[in-house]
Amino acid sequence: MNDVLHQGALSIRQAGKIYDPAGAAVVALEDCSAEIRAGEFVAIVGPSGCGKSTLLNAIAGFDRLTSGEILLDGVTLASPGTEPRPGPQRVVVFQHGALFPWMTVLENVIYGPTRQRVLGADAARAKALDMLRRCGGLDTAGQRYPGQLSSGMQRRVEIVRALMNEPKVLLLDEPFRAMDTVSKSAMHRHLLDIHALYPKTVLFITHDLEEALFLADTVYVMTTRPGRMKTMLRVNLARPRTLDMLVSHEYLELKRQVVAGVHEEAQKAFERGERELA
Amino acid sequence: MADATAGQTVTACNAPGGFSRLARLTGVNWRGALAVVAFVLGWELLVRFKALGFAAVPGPLESLTAFWATYASKASYWESWFASFRRVVAGFVLAQLLGIPLGLFLGTRERLRELMFPVLELMRPIPPIAWVPLSILFWPTHELSIIFITFIGAFFIIVINVHDGVRTIKQEHLWLARSLGAGEAMIFRRIVLPSVLPAISVGMTLGIAVTWNVVIAAEMIAGDNGLGRLTWEGYVSHTSTVVIIGMVSIGFAGYLSSALVSWLLHKLTPWRA
Ligand SMILES: Nc1ncnc2c1ncn2[C@@H]1O[C@H](COP(=O)(O)OP(=O)(O)OP(=O)(O)O)[C@@H](O)[C@H]1O
Ligand SMILES: [Mg+2]
Repeated sequence: MNDVLHQGALSIRQAGKIYDPAGAAVVALEDCSAEIRAGEFVAIVGPSGCGKSTLLNAIAGFDRLTSGEILLDGVTLASPGTEPRPGPQRVVVFQHGALFPWMTVLENVIYGPTRQRVLGADAARAKALDMLRRCGGLDTAGQRYPGQLSSGMQRRVEIVRALMNEPKVLLLDEPFRAMDTVSKSAMHRHLLDIHALYPKTVLFITHDLEEALFLADTVYVMTTRPGRMKTMLRVNLARPRTLDMLVSHEYLELKRQVVAGVHEEAQKAFERGERELA
Repeated sequence: MADATAGQTVTACNAPGGFSRLARLTGVNWRGALAVVAFVLGWELLVRFKALGFAAVPGPLESLTAFWATYASKASYWESWFASFRRVVAGFVLAQLLGIPLGLFLGTRERLRELMFPVLELMRPIPPIAWVPLSILFWPTHELSIIFITFIGAFFIIVINVHDGVRTIKQEHLWLARSLGAGEAMIFRRIVLPSVLPAISVGMTLGIAVTWNVVIAAEMIAGDNGLGRLTWEGYVSHTSTVVIIGMVSIGFAGYLSSALVSWLLHKLTPWRA
């Protein structure tokens, strides 16, 4: 367990990304830096279109940076000269969900380890059922297709599919964005439980400040495009986190510290949106 | 899922009239069955009372009697079925075998798409029947030309559908497959193919219907057997009951093949409940 905890330190150094440099030249990220410790639960909050997904895609190895670099445990993951390469050490859970609808829950979950030949089919199945059971009794849904599950269950299965690969970092790109308040709250509980069971480095992207403060050890607030880290905030709330913390003095104090900054960035993003539409 | 079913049951219970309840209890679409009976009855009456235009049209009873008395046990009638079915199967299967790979290539290879798409777009609007004269000139036998025209009917439909299907594959699925360790060949087999299956499904369902249209028309023009020919010969020889027998047979044959295709597709995509 300790071994695992010592892995997954992410170092984001002056990361920059310009889309379509020859034409429209959209500067999505500029001089974006953060130091994330192994096992830390980090939330990144920022207004829509500020470059959150761009940063995540660079870490996941889906796209290239145009400046700066990102290191995982001292090894360069992304830089202008590094060929983007996705891998099982950093798996993404997407906003709209990306379980393979043509595979059963169990087939989805064992896809990674069997594909990489880390586990045989039987061992993978046993591990999958165990993890599914621990993550809220999902093992009974093993033979179902994702389309037959609620969106909350789908998202949890997706987290399990990522964790099956023993990733160093779990990347969550606004996974609960489309959910109502009640399901969202239930998902927070599940995610916190899962994180306690499998303490990986987590990068949780959201534009919901309260969600970020409730879940994370550290919250970064990003500026509007081009995205940079504007503020960094340590959340010193005890774990396990409980709902009554949401009205605690410490929580409200933290919220007071950043809410103005987040609002300011959101306002800028909104005004620019209006200008660009006009 | 469970919620959706519950919702449907509730609507069925609330629906007025006894048919819904009867349908639920017996599993038979009584409303539809009644419509068929009413249609046949209305037709019979129109013929009996010699309504305008119906003077030369045989009634359903007369047609059915003729069918039982002569055609049901006649080898040549069943040979017509066989001939048409063989053409449909040959044309349809060939169209899938060539069309699905071509659609996949067009969807994945940008250069090939640029090269071939304009040609396809120009040929696609030409109705299959317009191919009849050229086809007869080109192919050595009428049989081959009919199969070719049938093939054309299903080919463009499947190519375009598969091509569109490839281009709607979710980027997230491709990315994730790579993250989880899949190579290019695996991605094609386990991600691209299943993603495209729903589009193949649409292409096949539309294709099989068009195929019957085309085969019947082609047989009327160029065939010497088959259900289309049977119907046409009924007209030429003034045995109008045969026209009805031919038409109803075509209806059944088309329905049967569509049912077969949809059953097959259902087996291929079990996740689409
Ligand atoms: N492939 C692309 N080509 C050009 N511009 C892009 C591309 N992808 C993203 N962008 C632009 O880069 C900016 C950052 O996009 P990104 O998706 O990273 O934002 P985000 O913070 O994830 O937003 P959201 O909250 O809406 O998900 C946006 O203005 C977007 O329009
Ligand atoms: Mg995004």
